[in-house]
Amino acid sequence: MDWNNFYDKLLNFGPFLEHSNEIWSGFLATIRLSAMAAVLALVLGTLLAAMRVSPVSVMRATATMYVNTLRNTPLTLILLFCGLGLRDTLGFMAQAAPTVSGYWLAVAGLSAYTAAFVCETLRSGINTVPIGQAEAARSVGLPFSQSLRLVILPQAFRAVIAPLGSVLIAMIKNTSVALVAGYFEATATMKQLFDDVGATVPLFFGFAIGYMILTLPTGLLFGWLAKRMAVTR
Amino acid sequence: MRIRQPRKQQGSVLFDAPGPRARWLNRVLGVVTAIVVLGVVGLFVWQLDRKGQWAWALWEPFTEAKVWQSFILPGLKNTLSAAVVAAALALGFGVIFGFGRLSERRWIRMPCGAAVEFFRAIPVLIMIFFAQAGPPVIADAFNRSIEPISAFEAVVIGLTLYNGSVFVEIFRAGIRAIPAGQAEAGYAIGLRKSAVMLRILLPQAVTTMMPVIVSQVVVLLKDSALGYVIAYEDLLNAGFVQIKSNFNNLIPAAIVITGIYVAINLTVSYLAGWLERRSRRSRKSAAVPLPADASALLATPFSKGPSI
Repeated sequence: MDWNNFYDKLLNFGPFLEHSNEIWSGFLATIRLSAMAAVLALVLGTLLAAMRVSPVSVMRATATMYVNTLRNTPLTLILLFCGLGLRDTLGFMAQAAPTVSGYWLAVAGLSAYTAAFVCETLRSGINTVPIGQAEAARSVGLPFSQSLRLVILPQAFRAVIAPLGSVLIAMIKNTSVALVAGYFEATATMKQLFDDVGATVPLFFGFAIGYMILTLPTGLLFGWLAKRMAVTR
Repeated sequence: MRIRQPRKQQGSVLFDAPGPRARWLNRVLGVVTAIVVLGVVGLFVWQLDRKGQWAWALWEPFTEAKVWQSFILPGLKNTLSAAVVAAALALGFGVIFGFGRLSERRWIRMPCGAAVEFFRAIPVLIMIFFAQAGPPVIADAFNRSIEPISAFEAVVIGLTLYNGSVFVEIFRAGIRAIPAGQAEAGYAIGLRKSAVMLRILLPQAVTTMMPVIVSQVVVLLKDSALGYVIAYEDLLNAGFVQIKSNFNNLIPAAIVITGIYVAINLTVSYLAGWLERRSRRSRKSAAVPLPADASALLATPFSKGPSI
């Protein structure tokens, strides 16, 4: 038994620490992508949810079609289409530097995909708001836009904080797919280090822990928020 | 004068049946939405035209049986086989670790819980990368050498670990959804723990869990496209690599492949919806119906479940 080899492959965190600069910038890139995509997905998702419950049939049909298409398409396909299709074939952002276009195409693909899930989550939240609330809003004469904005959505949001948190966690994990759109983040860094210094166990666990530092506190935070903000009925 | 009856809207409680002014406003908003949507689609179509993407030569391959036989159908077969194998293994994983997580014994419950939380917290893609590159390195640490892990195996391992962990949570939520009186009644007539689980809880939980499990299969099926990254020759690879390199028609290929994915996933989602409606009507289970979407069950990490 070669104990040096054993130690290097299974226990030695040396390579992970030696490349800590690259790894740090990889995770920073992941965070930058997550933050921007989260904001855009939340805005777009809320808009889609409002469209899906609106009295205008064209809006309902548009939002339904958008959600059904995006939700049932693999994210890998969407991001690949952003990179190979939109940029390389159709020339969107073709003039920008590859790092810049990679970032914005990844943001576009990821937020377009996540918005469909935000919309569905929010819609299930709208369904949990008691009928009496909507009826009361209507009976004091609020039109649809106001009853949605002032009465329904605030309660719906508070009902779905925890599920929205798990949508957000899924999105943070999904940033790993952005490498197919040409955006270099933590997972791409890991792949590169696997190729350069070998796929050792400590290297994998280092990256896994990095992702856990991003996802687990997010889940706990949203769980806490959900309890705190819950609507008493 | 004939009084126009307000037309019945979809029975939404969110808005009143529109009067004359609201009808007019809705019509205007509808037209504006249509213009915006058509504008965006039109811009896309126009850009495709400018780049010569409507040339028949690019679309014609999809009318040939050969293209379907040699690229799309084999790709579809690989996608489906990875998904089916991974779904079966993930169910096994879910049942084993689910029982483990519900165990009364701390030394069984804790490691199972830790594994599940770990696999749920990290991206599937880094599991797939490590599933492919890691095992030979680990074998080498023990002075052994093993066959390289194929792309198929790596995809299946990654999908199994993640979706298996989700199934554990679904399983736990399914058991939790059954009123405590059911298990208590079982104990009262003298059943053992295993009998309460197998004869009382599990049969009722399966009915409630089915829709969530089926809708998680959609997630699994979509994630199988991650195989593209490690060059697994799935449906995505067939369109974006094989067909594209033969006919240089990325956009048409992307549109056709997207259509196939959406059709398959909508079918499976519809099945999940049908199962959910059925389980809501079913009187075989005392359980509270679960939400059809697993994401609602996965909210907080480390949440305490029941133990039996």
